[in-house]
Amino acid sequence: MTIQEILIPAPREITTEPRRSDKVFRGVVTAGGLSSLLLLGLIALFLGYRGFEVLRQEGIGFITHSDWSISTDDAGNVVESHFGLAAMLVGTILCSLVAVVIALPVSVFCALFLNFYSPGWLKKIMVTVIDMMAAFPSILFGIWGFLVLMPSVEYWAKLLHRYLGFIPVFDMQVRVFTRSPFVAGVVLSIMIIPIITSVSREIFSQAPLDRIQAAYALGATRWAMIKAVVIPHGRSGVIGGAMLGLGRAMGETVAVFTVLNIVFQINWQMLLGAGGNVASLIILKFGDASPYEIKALMAAGLVLFLLTLVVNGLANFIVKTTGKSGR
Amino acid sequence: MTTSHESEKKIMDTTVKPSSFADVAQAKPAKTPGTRALGKGLETRGVHAWFGKHHVLSNISLDFAAGTVTALIGPSGCGKSTFIRTINRMHEFIPGAAMAGEVLLDGKDVYASGTDVTKIRLQIGMVFQKPNPFPSMTIGENVLSGLKLAQLKVDNKDDLLEESLERAGLWSEVKDRLSAHGGSLSGGQQQRLCIARALAVRPQVLLMDEPCSALDPGSTLRIEETIRHLSDTMTIIIVTHNMQQAARVSDYTAFFLSDGGPGQMIEVAPTSEIFSRPQDQRTENYVTGRFG
Amino acid sequence: MSTAVEAVPTKPWKASTRERATDCAIFLVSIISSYTVVAVTPMKGKLAYFALFFIAYAILTSVFRATQRGSAAAKDALVNSLVAIGAIVTVIPAASILATVLAKGLPGISFGLFRHDMALATPTDPLSNGGLLHAITGTLTLVLIALILSVPIGILTALYLTEIKGRFTGPIRFLVQAMSGVPSIVAGLFILSAILYPITKAYSGLMGSLALTILMIPTIARTSEEVLNLIPNELREAGTALGGTQWRTVVMIVLPAAKSGLVTAIILGVARIAGETAPILLLTGGGDRVNPSAFNGPMGSLPYYIWKSFNAGSPESITRAWAGLLVLVGLVLILFTSARFLSSRKAAK
Repeated sequence: MTIQEILIPAPREITTEPRRSDKVFRGVVTAGGLSSLLLLGLIALFLGYRGFEVLRQEGIGFITHSDWSISTDDAGNVVESHFGLAAMLVGTILCSLVAVVIALPVSVFCALFLNFYSPGWLKKIMVTVIDMMAAFPSILFGIWGFLVLMPSVEYWAKLLHRYLGFIPVFDMQVRVFTRSPFVAGVVLSIMIIPIITSVSREIFSQAPLDRIQAAYALGATRWAMIKAVVIPHGRSGVIGGAMLGLGRAMGETVAVFTVLNIVFQINWQMLLGAGGNVASLIILKFGDASPYEIKALMAAGLVLFLLTLVVNGLANFIVKTTGKSGR
Repeated sequence: MTTSHESEKKIMDTTVKPSSFADVAQAKPAKTPGTRALGKGLETRGVHAWFGKHHVLSNISLDFAAGTVTALIGPSGCGKSTFIRTINRMHEFIPGAAMAGEVLLDGKDVYASGTDVTKIRLQIGMVFQKPNPFPSMTIGENVLSGLKLAQLKVDNKDDLLEESLERAGLWSEVKDRLSAHGGSLSGGQQQRLCIARALAVRPQVLLMDEPCSALDPGSTLRIEETIRHLSDTMTIIIVTHNMQQAARVSDYTAFFLSDGGPGQMIEVAPTSEIFSRPQDQRTENYVTGRFG
Repeated sequence: MSTAVEAVPTKPWKASTRERATDCAIFLVSIISSYTVVAVTPMKGKLAYFALFFIAYAILTSVFRATQRGSAAAKDALVNSLVAIGAIVTVIPAASILATVLAKGLPGISFGLFRHDMALATPTDPLSNGGLLHAITGTLTLVLIALILSVPIGILTALYLTEIKGRFTGPIRFLVQAMSGVPSIVAGLFILSAILYPITKAYSGLMGSLALTILMIPTIARTSEEVLNLIPNELREAGTALGGTQWRTVVMIVLPAAKSGLVTAIILGVARIAGETAPILLLTGGGDRVNPSAFNGPMGSLPYYIWKSFNAGSPESITRAWAGLLVLVGLVLILFTSARFLSSRKAAK
């Protein structure tokens, strides 16, 4: 027997035996907590299950082709069908990229204004207005976008085409400006500005005060301070916020459907009035879809679900990790 | 704060008796204002400060002769930090802040209308309580960050870098890893890096707000050495809770006190006199450790 | 020593009269120059004025600062203008949306609107026929059922994250966040595939409510988690130290302390789903008459009514759509304001 064995006793194990009421409580709460896991799993499972037939039929073509056609005989049996999401996916990405490209600078400037420029009373009012905008229903953005915003957006689109037409994305062969991905992107950008602004504002407000003071004490102007301290601190958080906005823009349905002309052809020219959007496709085709086409729509829903899940997961991961390391 | 008090007590208890502060102060070469006219002189005339309705500092008139070190001592909450923040106009960042009086740098009021406040802060540098190097920059970039922030042009950045780090007493320790991040240094090194950063824009006056309170005794001594060296070329004002430190580094000492109302300056005198023959009873009580 | 001299607090860093005057002058010059440019060039429209004014203002202030204080100050002035633009561009759509809804919705609002349904009218009829009673009752029914289903799950999830802190805390928090990003149409398709087609085989209000439940859970869970995290741990320890079981502590101490915060969370959840349209279009069937049963027959709702009227495309139907939007926005704003009020009152305590 060595000395150590005598002197240092083995740690006692402390056990708490919860009472039965607590066990029940913990069980119920855990079950409730796990329901989100269950729901997300079920969503993927059921959409996959319903869409499986179509996915197997189309294979990889489901995301690489752009035809969406189905013909049935008189008895309602499917004779021939082609389901491809390529044009819709390209359109979804195009619209949401336009939205993020517009919304990101506006939101970052707005967040900087709120944190470092605005007087307190104005900040209070603006934060309320921005939060309120985030609560507006999407159908409101859609109808307002269609009736109020679209005419002026078309005017800007014409300007862009005239002066920047040499850049491929602003180019177009047919001069149709109505209901273009650009219009949809502008409407979406207005919808996601509140999201990116609040995330950026939150991240910027965590910028370390002692560094801010150090910068000012070295004779920095406000902008020089922001560039040296706030932006390095908040950069990745803002990117995360932008991706949250991107995820929201990708999944938006009604607002896009109202202002976008859906065409089953891949189109990267954002000013041209022919776009695509997975979510809008579902609304467009759902009304008079045959059971087999419904399955294709389910598969489209699954693709959209996975796409937004990845984007959102990545966004939350970025926001969370920077929020921690920033402090 | 607690650490500063603890280290303070430790030094007082173990190394010297409180009564020997005067000896410490007298042990260093005496400096009289005017003999070394380096750096710009600074005066404050009847400076008051408020936070909202709260009057925190009352009627401070002080001369800081060029090329001297002045220590501001006094218990916590007596307005020392607020006072030095009025000097380089950092006071105004606090919402509701207000002030009265004049701060004259070379005879010009830094609060005069039309003054470019960034220029003032370039001439009056500041070192904070906690080391705060910019985390996104390397050691070299940190030192030169003031130039970048104020968009100043310099002919030879490498010379300035070396000179600033040399003056801050850090050159030999970091010269081989200038591209490492500032966070990789120890606390004391980081604080000297912040001093180097403040020196790189060649300020005339350097304000130090308890620069050693977050540091261990060894690093504290290194910084005090740096301060002594720097005082040959610039005017330094240092806020400290550590009376030993005030005795060691400063030529003049001002004692601040708040009796529940706004902070006031009770007494200012050459450091050796403050610690040997204070005029005011309250000063004596404080420097002999009877309160505070 | 006493403060014999009466000192007056001043803020010398505020802009002086002269600086203010210069700013005003620059402002005026910018307005004039934008007006001139619009007059002499083919550019036109409100937007042109707006854009040109800002460009002129940004350039003028920067140049002015540059001459006064150098290039760093010029950049600072430029960014001043940029952040102001960012703030204005953010707020303008909100103002425009509210103004439009009020202007276009008010003419369609009448007392009859709230007393009739559309059972005997079509959207293109004159406005005196029919109303949106069925839509209001429908939306209230949908929201009520969604509330009953999502509040327990949402709050239990929040309790798991804050009180139990078990093995799954990380994954669940992550999944709740992911769930808040699920597109509403996907929630609709899920209920369609999992319940409507295999089980009930008919549109009903309940189906819509189930989809709304999925969308509401993450909002309630996340807001509640934040609220519960604000409850100081001492309260929990005090409860346990008095010999209370965990569940008694939670039910009798933690939840009451967080009550108004939880109500806020629920209200925000309702505001989020009240105007949700896509799943409603897929699942409820959108009836035109007041339907008292959520389990049988199609159920009308405000978003569906707005959608249908808007797509009918006649002037009357579009006025109906705006009136419906005004009612819906009014509802959302009332919810939003009460949530704000509750949370601010709590903060004041």
